[in-house]
Amino acid sequence: MDQANAIELKNITKRFGKVIANEGVNLTLKKGEILSILGENGSGKTTLMNMLSGIYMPDEGQIFMDGKEVSIHSPKDALDLKIGMIHQHFKLIDILTAAENIILGLPGSHVLKTAQIEEEIKKIIESYGFDLNPSQKIYDMSVSQKQTVEIIKVLYRGADVLILDEPTAVLTPQETDKLFAILRNMRESGKSIIIITHKLQEVLDISDRVAVLRKGKYMGSVNTQEATVGGLTEMMVGEKITLDIKRNDPVDPQLRLKVDKLTVKNMEGIKVVNEVTFTSNSGEILGIAGIAGSGQKELLEAIAGLEKIEDGKVIYHACDGKEIILSDLSPEGIKNQGVNYSFVPEDRLGMGLVGNMDITDNMMLRSYRNGKSIFTDRKAPKKLALDIIQELGVVTPGVTTPVRRLSGGNVQKVLVGREIACNPNVLMVAYPVRGLDINSSYMIYNLLSDQKEQGCAVICVIEDLDVLIELCDRIIVLCNGKITGTLDARKTTKEEVGILMTKDTKEGE
Amino acid sequence: MDIITVFIQKAIGQGIGILFGASGEIITEKSGNLNLGIPGIMYMGGIAGLMGAFFYENATDNPIPMLGVIISLLAAFLCAAFGALIYSILTITFRANQNVVGLALTTFGVGFGNFFGGSISKMAGGVGQISVSTTASLYQKQIPGLSKIPVIGPILFSYGFLTYTAVIIAIYLTFYLRKTRSGLNLRSVGENPATADAAGIGVTKYKYLATVLGGGIAGLGGLYFVMEYLGGTWTNNGFGDRGWLAIALVIFALWDPSKAIFGSFLFGAFFILYIYIPGLSRSAQELFKMVPYLVTILVLILTSLRNKRENQPPASLGEPYFREER
Repeated sequence: MDQANAIELKNITKRFGKVIANEGVNLTLKKGEILSILGENGSGKTTLMNMLSGIYMPDEGQIFMDGKEVSIHSPKDALDLKIGMIHQHFKLIDILTAAENIILGLPGSHVLKTAQIEEEIKKIIESYGFDLNPSQKIYDMSVSQKQTVEIIKVLYRGADVLILDEPTAVLTPQETDKLFAILRNMRESGKSIIIITHKLQEVLDISDRVAVLRKGKYMGSVNTQEATVGGLTEMMVGEKITLDIKRNDPVDPQLRLKVDKLTVKNMEGIKVVNEVTFTSNSGEILGIAGIAGSGQKELLEAIAGLEKIEDGKVIYHACDGKEIILSDLSPEGIKNQGVNYSFVPEDRLGMGLVGNMDITDNMMLRSYRNGKSIFTDRKAPKKLALDIIQELGVVTPGVTTPVRRLSGGNVQKVLVGREIACNPNVLMVAYPVRGLDINSSYMIYNLLSDQKEQGCAVICVIEDLDVLIELCDRIIVLCNGKITGTLDARKTTKEEVGILMTKDTKEGE
Repeated sequence: MDIITVFIQKAIGQGIGILFGASGEIITEKSGNLNLGIPGIMYMGGIAGLMGAFFYENATDNPIPMLGVIISLLAAFLCAAFGALIYSILTITFRANQNVVGLALTTFGVGFGNFFGGSISKMAGGVGQISVSTTASLYQKQIPGLSKIPVIGPILFSYGFLTYTAVIIAIYLTFYLRKTRSGLNLRSVGENPATADAAGIGVTKYKYLATVLGGGIAGLGGLYFVMEYLGGTWTNNGFGDRGWLAIALVIFALWDPSKAIFGSFLFGAFFILYIYIPGLSRSAQELFKMVPYLVTILVLILTSLRNKRENQPPASLGEPYFREER
């Protein structure tokens, strides 16, 4: 190991109020390597990287680049030092083209020479093997294309150090492979890359070295060749944990929900859910697979009564054999009919919780109608909030903290906790572990399994296919709003699901 | 001159003041600041320009028109820009609510105009006695020769230089927003300041500059009204609610200054339509004065129905930006 250090972090500490996000972190990045940063939720990975990219300033500590101490006050400083960060939430402007986003903020001629700029971008696209049209508008793009724009953006600025914050969270297995090939090309041309990811398998696939953070502290690094999944998790969590998802055979499955030729159109009048038919049984987990934006979100929202249904029916079969047609009812109507369903939406802070309210108040969103008095009952929700914090290990300064101040994983725990607490008969979850670390993810998976064992019909959208196959009993695959296959999760393979995910039904017909 | 020519001429005359205001507001809104203080800022520009010319003409025996114009232009622009600076400091640096600050500024600006307007009226010897005829005559000077051509002359060449300035500013701003690097940066600040910040654009700088310059440009609208339209005098509340029309015009023009040019002529036409329709009762006249606002509502409905992303207001309009907000 005689590679020079590209970046050295020494004793970095960052606090937000009372919360310590990073404490005395030492980290080195060598030239021409791919370094993975692993860590639990709220372990300060993103905060640490934000200090390199100039979003935050460290309270204490030093940053060295090529042996010289630097101070990074703004994203511009970071770019001047050739550090470029690709954020988990893309920082792109929808109404501009790819090229316009790429040159944003750069110095140059007063009047834009669009043709010349697009030519330069095409050169980068070709040299690393990207696939992108520079004059396409961002709002017309898929998630993977947007990510490509983000990466080219930092490359165009001449970045030598690239930081990617959970780049694969939104990609299909095929897209991930493509991205990794490009990252390897970049390493060959001498770039240093830091990648933050939760998926251990990917860490082993792509990186040369792994650095681990735990509760804001640096736990050390290992060469990937010497690393194992078990060893890494232990470093991350501080104890041995088992990465098994329990899956018992369904007990006495009964038809609970029948979706019949459901069709939903979006604002532009395009069918985003197209004649989808499936059933969901009690005591069974039904998985929905598909590329992001294939209609999963709309399908679940339509069942929950939140999306206008164009055509088709959703029929609920109650335990006593009564049939209720949900597709005619509003969410309130569904509740009044005694159907006890829970929905954990994809957009946690948009649809699931109110960011500015504290945990207790968010619990009350479900229960404020209870009781006879004109005053609301705050005791029960507060107890529930405390129980959830206790049982699911939510990291928060207290029950009165506004939910938006919690990290993504903790927000999700609060939401899932609340939805499970009302013992639903049907539980729908969309991307329940998006942005969550491995420990919380497995906790959520096992919570879903528990619900199934209690006789709940669980429907879940999960992007990690390995998990989907391990957790679910049956899987339906969506592609462009149509079902391209129904699979037995115990018998199928990741490849089979992957092919169905991209199978255009028009070709099949 | 037949009635149609006069109507068009008057409509354009009415529109130019609104056009200045709309151009200034568009550049402001493109930075994400919804400056509802524009009506007040236009009053401030108008009275400051008038005072500049008034004191200059009273101080010398033989005022030079050109100097009067320069003094009043500077006074109007700077005073209006100062109004916008107050708005900027409160909303950008102190992150106060933009709507509240804007409305307060409008109240302040109208009062500012009326107070000083009343004061110098008293100095000049009574209401309507202010006269800066030397300066105003240069403001009102038409293009020699060309303005005498029948029909085309009155419609195209019978205005003072501020009218052409307004059109040139609007055209340049469209070019600036669409085709220049700093225009692109400004648009990105208004769309998504966090993204612009991450791209190394000085969000605060752009917001300040756009808002202050936008205020200055809007102030010229007030000056235009006082000098070219009224010929250098002041009546309290004389500018009326043209400032609100300017803000409506921003929406009507879909945040594109060059579209605001014809929009302003159209608004000007609607504004005076009631005078040219014979036999209207007073109440019917008031109904006709509502037409520009009705058209704006119609445009809002139509654009939201078409749902074209480019025609929407800047995405971060009205929201303060703070980098470390989590």
